[in-house]
Amino acid sequence: MDPALYGYMLYGISLLTVGGIYAILVLGLNIQWGMTGILNVGIAGFFAIGAYTGAILTTPPSPNHLGGFGLPVPVAMVTAMVLCAIIAWMVARLCIRLRADYLAIATIGIAEIFRLVIKVEIWATNGARGIHRIPKPFEGLPEPMNQIAFMLMILGIVLVLYLLLERAFNSPWGRVMIAIRENEPAAKAAGKDSDKFRTQAFVIGCAIMGLGGALMSQYLKFISPAATEPLIATFLVWVMLIAGGSGNNRGAILGAFLLWTIWSGTEILAGWMARMGLIGSDMLTQVSYLRVFLIGLLLQIVLQKFRGGLVPERRVPMKAK
Amino acid sequence: MLIFINDYLIHGIVIGSIYALGAVGVSLVFGNLRFANFAHGSLMTIGAYFALAIMHNTGLPIMLALPLAMVLTGLLCVGLDKAFIRPFRASATIIPLIASFGLALMIQSAVQMIWGPGMHAYFPGQITRPVEIIEGLRVSPRHMWMVAAALLFMLALHLLLTRTKIGKAMRAMADNAELARLTGIDTERVIVATWLIAGALACAAGVMLGLDTQLRPMMGFELLLPIFAAAIVGGIGQPYGAMAGGLLIGIAQELVSYSWLGTGPLISPSYKEGVAFAIMVLVLLIRPSGIFRGRVYS
Repeated sequence: MDPALYGYMLYGISLLTVGGIYAILVLGLNIQWGMTGILNVGIAGFFAIGAYTGAILTTPPSPNHLGGFGLPVPVAMVTAMVLCAIIAWMVARLCIRLRADYLAIATIGIAEIFRLVIKVEIWATNGARGIHRIPKPFEGLPEPMNQIAFMLMILGIVLVLYLLLERAFNSPWGRVMIAIRENEPAAKAAGKDSDKFRTQAFVIGCAIMGLGGALMSQYLKFISPAATEPLIATFLVWVMLIAGGSGNNRGAILGAFLLWTIWSGTEILAGWMARMGLIGSDMLTQVSYLRVFLIGLLLQIVLQKFRGGLVPERRVPMKAK
Repeated sequence: MLIFINDYLIHGIVIGSIYALGAVGVSLVFGNLRFANFAHGSLMTIGAYFALAIMHNTGLPIMLALPLAMVLTGLLCVGLDKAFIRPFRASATIIPLIASFGLALMIQSAVQMIWGPGMHAYFPGQITRPVEIIEGLRVSPRHMWMVAAALLFMLALHLLLTRTKIGKAMRAMADNAELARLTGIDTERVIVATWLIAGALACAAGVMLGLDTQLRPMMGFELLLPIFAAAIVGGIGQPYGAMAGGLLIGIAQELVSYSWLGTGPLISPSYKEGVAFAIMVLVLLIRPSGIFRGRVYS
């Protein structure tokens, strides 16, 4: 195969793989915010717990961090989800009754405590240097089949999650969630224990975020506190959901792939501009900040002009029985 | 005892004063505009860099550069409000919160583009040595200046809130915006004043943080949570509570690593920030109105 074409193919695979992992995170957030109206600004915390759980359970023994359990990857993925669910349940027990802004501040505070623990407890996590040699599914296969197989696994997970969430959204359970989001006192008056339902949405969403974290650490084969910064693990996920269309699972997935393409595409564009001599190579770091600026601006434009996002939520009218 | 004061309490008071200046702004904006401003930390950062730019480009001393930078940051806030927050006056409080979240990233990346990702200092290479005030008690003159300036700003704010018409209008609006509007208060003017004050105090907090350590693009964002903590502990919408909350969080953060029991630190200094977050979450859960009985907005 033509090497240039091969390079483009590998780039396309990585775009779909990472975009898919982000789609998983955005779907998790869509249950919390899109469906139930829970403002979770602590995505990075659950992403980090999932990533480190997956890493510690699967890596070979190392003197630098906890590990050497050598568990199979699927077991680690499930454990990451279960652990995130348990922690999310404990957080929800404490905080779910807080409303709007207060919940946002509490979740970001708790997420930062998790990230602080990961940074400080070097014996378990190797601190800022991070955990290397994380096993990645299918890495025994020849190049590029291994990458294609991993990508297909991610896309498969996205599809399964999408189908499950579509069912959930259109079920009676989903309608209770939407009722709580739209008018909590009315939902309560109809006899729905809103704190219970909000807790369920929070726990399920956080477990999915933990899965996303475990998959990301497998993809990168490496995890460090820098990879769990709120900018990439919380902020970007929020912009993806709002731009794609919060409350709509298709919008959530579309937003993830689109924003990730813009995010990684601007990096390649900057490199290309530097090679063409359009910008100095000393400008490269500057351009990487410009893209954060532009993503922030994009969020503002979407909020002001396209409140529903690219694929707005569909409100199916209830049929009379 | 003197080690306790020199190495722990004084640091706590200095960082607490910085938190207090930041928290007053968060509290005022929350009280009058009804949303948690996630861009406040980034406003502190850009305020600190404004002062740096003024000092380097005009050679003005910091005593003059600071007020100019405070005015600039205040005006920036008014402009940002017009462009990015004002369209959401009638929306649910969550929408301006998300917008401010985006604004935080925009301000921060603008700082990184203009001034680069590296560190800067107001007085490069200059170290201030602590001087002995009384037998054994050592305080750095820079720290004394900082705490004095913080007190001065707080006093000015107190006079503004109690003695001027706009200050009284601000308190009225924080109390009950609807009633304030009905009694003929121009709430948009009050909001402009709120942003001017919040921005100016954020700038002062940022400059002090830069004086205490160094200027970095992330400096303000990293302080956002302790500042929220201070505002919540003090009671949202209570400027005096925010001052007390700032000092309380700052001092608590430093004192937990003192060797209260035995010889080692009680809690590892690496967990300092965690203490602020933990206090904040606790206050949110136990007494969301804060110690000074602020408002709880639903």
